Amino acid sequence: MILVLEKRSRRSQAMVWLSPVLALGITVVIGGFIFASLGLDPFKALYIYFIDPMTSLWSIEELIVKAAPLVMIGVGLAICYTANVWNIGAEGQLTMGALFGSAIPIYFTDWQSPLVLVLMLVLGAIGGALFAAIPALLKNRFGANEILTSLMLVYVAQLILDWVIRGPWKDPKGFNFPQSVSFEGWQLLPLLGEGRVHLGAVLALIAAVLLWVMMGRSLRGFEIRVIGNSPRAGAFSGFAQKKVVLFCFMLSGALAGLAGICEVAGPSGQLQPVISPGYGFTAIIVAFLGRLNPIGVIFAGILLAISYLGGEAAQVELGISDKMAQVFQGMLLFLILACETLIHYRIKLAPGRGAVKEA
Amino acid sequence: MNETGANETSKYLLEARNITKVFGELRANDDVTLSLKPGEIHALLGENGAGKSTLVKIIYGSLRATSGHLFWRGRAVTVPNPAAARELGIGMVFQHFSLFDALTVTQNISLALPSDVDIGALSGRIETVSNDYGLPLRPDALVADLSVGERQRIEIVRCLLQEPRLLIMDEPTAVLTPQEADQLFVTLARLASEGCGVLYISHRLEEVRRICHDATILRHGKLAARVDPQQETAASLATLMVGTEVAAVRTDKGTAPGAPLLELSSLSLATDDQFGVSLKNINLAVRAGEIVAVAGVAGNGQGEFFDALSGELTSSNNATVKIAGVGCGREGITQRRRRDAAFVPEERLGHGAVPNFPLSENVVLTHHSVEATRLETGDGMAGSAVVRNGMIDRDAARYVNRVVTELFDVRKGTPDPEAQSLSGGNLQKFVVGREMALQPRVLVVNQPTWGVDAGAAALIRQALIDLARGGSAVLVISQDLDEIFEVADRIAVISRGEMSQAYPSEELSLERIGLLMAGAHEAVARNAGEAGAA
Amino acid sequence: MGALEAVILTIITASTPLLLAAIGELVTERSGVLNLGVEGMMIMGAVCGFAAAYTTHSALLGVGAGLLAGVGMSLLFAILTQTLMTSQVATGLSLTLLGLGLSGMIGEGFTGLPGIKLEALNIPFLSDIPFIGPVIFGHDILVYGSLFIVAGVAYVLFRTRLGLIITAVGGNHHSAHALGYNVLRVRYGCIAFGGACSGLAGAYLSLAYTPQWIENMSSGRGWIALALVVFSTWLPKRLLVGAYLFGTVWIMGLYVQALGVDIPSQLLSSLPYLVTIVALIIISGNKTLTKVNTPACIGQPFAPER
Repeated sequence: MILVLEKRSRRSQAMVWLSPVLALGITVVIGGFIFASLGLDPFKALYIYFIDPMTSLWSIEELIVKAAPLVMIGVGLAICYTANVWNIGAEGQLTMGALFGSAIPIYFTDWQSPLVLVLMLVLGAIGGALFAAIPALLKNRFGANEILTSLMLVYVAQLILDWVIRGPWKDPKGFNFPQSVSFEGWQLLPLLGEGRVHLGAVLALIAAVLLWVMMGRSLRGFEIRVIGNSPRAGAFSGFAQKKVVLFCFMLSGALAGLAGICEVAGPSGQLQPVISPGYGFTAIIVAFLGRLNPIGVIFAGILLAISYLGGEAAQVELGISDKMAQVFQGMLLFLILACETLIHYRIKLAPGRGAVKEA
Repeated sequence: MNETGANETSKYLLEARNITKVFGELRANDDVTLSLKPGEIHALLGENGAGKSTLVKIIYGSLRATSGHLFWRGRAVTVPNPAAARELGIGMVFQHFSLFDALTVTQNISLALPSDVDIGALSGRIETVSNDYGLPLRPDALVADLSVGERQRIEIVRCLLQEPRLLIMDEPTAVLTPQEADQLFVTLARLASEGCGVLYISHRLEEVRRICHDATILRHGKLAARVDPQQETAASLATLMVGTEVAAVRTDKGTAPGAPLLELSSLSLATDDQFGVSLKNINLAVRAGEIVAVAGVAGNGQGEFFDALSGELTSSNNATVKIAGVGCGREGITQRRRRDAAFVPEERLGHGAVPNFPLSENVVLTHHSVEATRLETGDGMAGSAVVRNGMIDRDAARYVNRVVTELFDVRKGTPDPEAQSLSGGNLQKFVVGREMALQPRVLVVNQPTWGVDAGAAALIRQALIDLARGGSAVLVISQDLDEIFEVADRIAVISRGEMSQAYPSEELSLERIGLLMAGAHEAVARNAGEAGAA
Repeated sequence: MGALEAVILTIITASTPLLLAAIGELVTERSGVLNLGVEGMMIMGAVCGFAAAYTTHSALLGVGAGLLAGVGMSLLFAILTQTLMTSQVATGLSLTLLGLGLSGMIGEGFTGLPGIKLEALNIPFLSDIPFIGPVIFGHDILVYGSLFIVAGVAYVLFRTRLGLIITAVGGNHHSAHALGYNVLRVRYGCIAFGGACSGLAGAYLSLAYTPQWIENMSSGRGWIALALVVFSTWLPKRLLVGAYLFGTVWIMGLYVQALGVDIPSQLLSSLPYLVTIVALIIISGNKTLTKVNTPACIGQPFAPER
């Protein structure tokens, strides 16, 4: 007897909602086993990882701070992946957005006005969008694989940032540390409340809702879904695949760039060699966990932010490596993909290969 | 098995008894029995979806039956896979070839033979056998460079090299010109005379009556009849296949055709796809009120031709394509739709419709940039625009879905299912109906009834005729000559990207069409000229 | 040792991990599978290789461990994409993310520890010949292994029936299945081979290139290897040339700096990535080259009827 997959006659609606939950459940169970094998009490460890971050106001604020960029980038990537456009370079677009946006406070250090903030955010989005346009144009014009080009550009962007921050943009009064001047006043994102929650969280939420409407109701969203499903049907419908590729890349690039400048003008307060702990890559997982649906991405972003916080807490309280969070995330994505199969197939026991069955 | 039993079965080469095959909820084969003698050409008849392909795949070992028995030369056997079938002496030529474009003829054939065959000697054997049976092949040709007819030869020669006792052929003439089909029949007759059995799957009744000694007819997965085709007429065979009398299509030639609504002048389009066909200097006009058919065997540029007409491929010269007298060669498909043209592509799933979108969303595919749907239902309601200000009106889309379902008898499980859950015939009715809902003045259809059951095919063909009689210009591209003769007023033939002139259908015989398909345009034109002058 | 000698040696050592990872992925892609997890498999090979070598004091055992790590990761990928029919692109990406995270975790205890170097095969007499000695005969087994594997792959692909079957499966998996070939088995095998090679590439990094474990030490080589496969149009000979070209670019930064030219180090470090992009543009833009050799089924899942 072997396990076989039998194709369902219709996609299972139940599984569409259940599969990410199932994936999460299995991840938690495996995590428990890993903790146990490290000699820890699995339940205590899991509690610290997943429940604790939601128990105090302070940690909920931290949650939002971490979730905001994940959601902002994640919704852009969700649109991209729906169109079968594989933007893997969000981390690089985030970096370039931060760079573009930071140019204002760095070059016009004393300029203070609400306009400054607006300009910074706009430039951040533009920077990310332009950087993302590169792989799109290369794909459209030359057929160059966008996964590889967008990823190569991540390394390039980080090196550009590194050069800029150790060279021309280094704070002259910064004791030779690789960092820019500290931003002040209107150069910083306004905070909501007492803690560290900043405007970026609101922007992320707005982006998610707007894109949800776009995908569900507008012709543009329809175009993206058709191109992602059947490019030939898209051509038959009069949609230009190349335009969709460029649009999706620039949209997700703009959002990543915006997230980048929000990180710098928010929690950081200055430009540094390392802007994000890999938000651009974690956002890929967020997009999949949210099933490529902008509203789903909101929840997925919060969930992954929990895993970040949990990782930090676990490191402090239990001495577990903070890389554990990354392992969790990688495992989660793996399991999400595996459980997605259940939407189209059901698992059955069947006789092994061999003879024709008798009646 | 007792002695009587042994005697009963030994005269048969192959016996499939009580074969049942279940896929999920579908009974593809339901208690089917078939028997075939050596040297016999045995037809397996049935509509699309009757279970013919399933049955032969079971015989050939590609599928395993849910229940039933197979007997080969009197002995009970199991056929777990195609290699076992080949070892028994069963060869199969599929409708869809199992070839590798990037490899040579010899490499392709060697992959189909057991691994201990000497490749060096193989090329020589291929040359000998293929020439011997009248199906010549060059062993080191790349399959990608070969025509469809030549590719079929590879499949046949591959089987012949293993000296089969039974050759199964699945719809072999679907891709051949009439002359190529004749050559095939000669080959089959030769095989039969050598004692080889042939199991011949087809839905072409005249052919079957011509060459087959015996016929098994399937209907909806069950055995419907076992007859001698030469004692039957095409009509009686059709009735046995379908179960009810199929209404003949009404082809009243209405009033004389009006002004040309679709004109192609010197349409040429080079292809950048190395496996594609370039269009060369095509001239054709379709007038209001008439149906012009473009006949041709697969692979002669029909796909490229359709794309040039629909606007998926544009020309640099605006005048090459004119709709209602206005040049639009440079325009894309959306603009051509705005000129009241509509298009139905060959591939329903993946081109004409998005497989996992519901039908209402598939409506939006071609309705998004035109004004309100102009079809009305009985209650006098007219449709509204499906897309307004960039936002989709789902109710309007659902309305179109309902109208099309009603007028075209689209059968489905729920009101708005995914396109891929519909049967071929029903999905095709939906796609054709969706385009008709635009009330086009010009309609271009590529393979209107390919893979569609007889009932749906008749409905679609009638709809095409009605549309033309209502004053529209209809262009049908088809590989099915029966269909073409049924609906067309004039017929042109496409061959290697070139188009013949369009002849009135009464003037063209099967033989002439065959010549045109082979590219002998001048010969036929001369003939027609002489006939006209005489 | 002369300057020319030193340059050649560094080119060879820089090119070897690229070559190893790329030839494995070439075989995988030939069978119709796109495995984007090369970076993840490589880094796991590096950390497991180092960990095993450190604990057993044997570089050879480390190499073996690296190979097994690569195979293990690739089988995870195979189960998901071949048996469960998940998206190959998404699964490959997740394999890389998982590999990077897992290797970081495993490697934490090994950071900064002294490395165990994979010794060169010092063939007596031959490696003592001035210049030719070290350049041709003075390498470790993985360098020779990489060349041997490339030659072997070329032979199998173009001169054996197995190679024909692999090409057939990658060209048209439906036809291959119809002819009775076990598409899944062929692909599992090719994926595992790719995993083994990536694991070896990783082990080379932590045991020979810089005998040490540093987090994320693969630095994107896995992605460059993927680009290399495209650049080579799936032909082993071209891959060999390409790998050595890229290897040269990789270490060019060091030499340019040594020449005293005043270029920011970051620009030199970015050269491999920029050159990769340029190479992709050149080769993808040439449609005839790519179309002919591309395994037509690449990236498409295979779902047989039952």
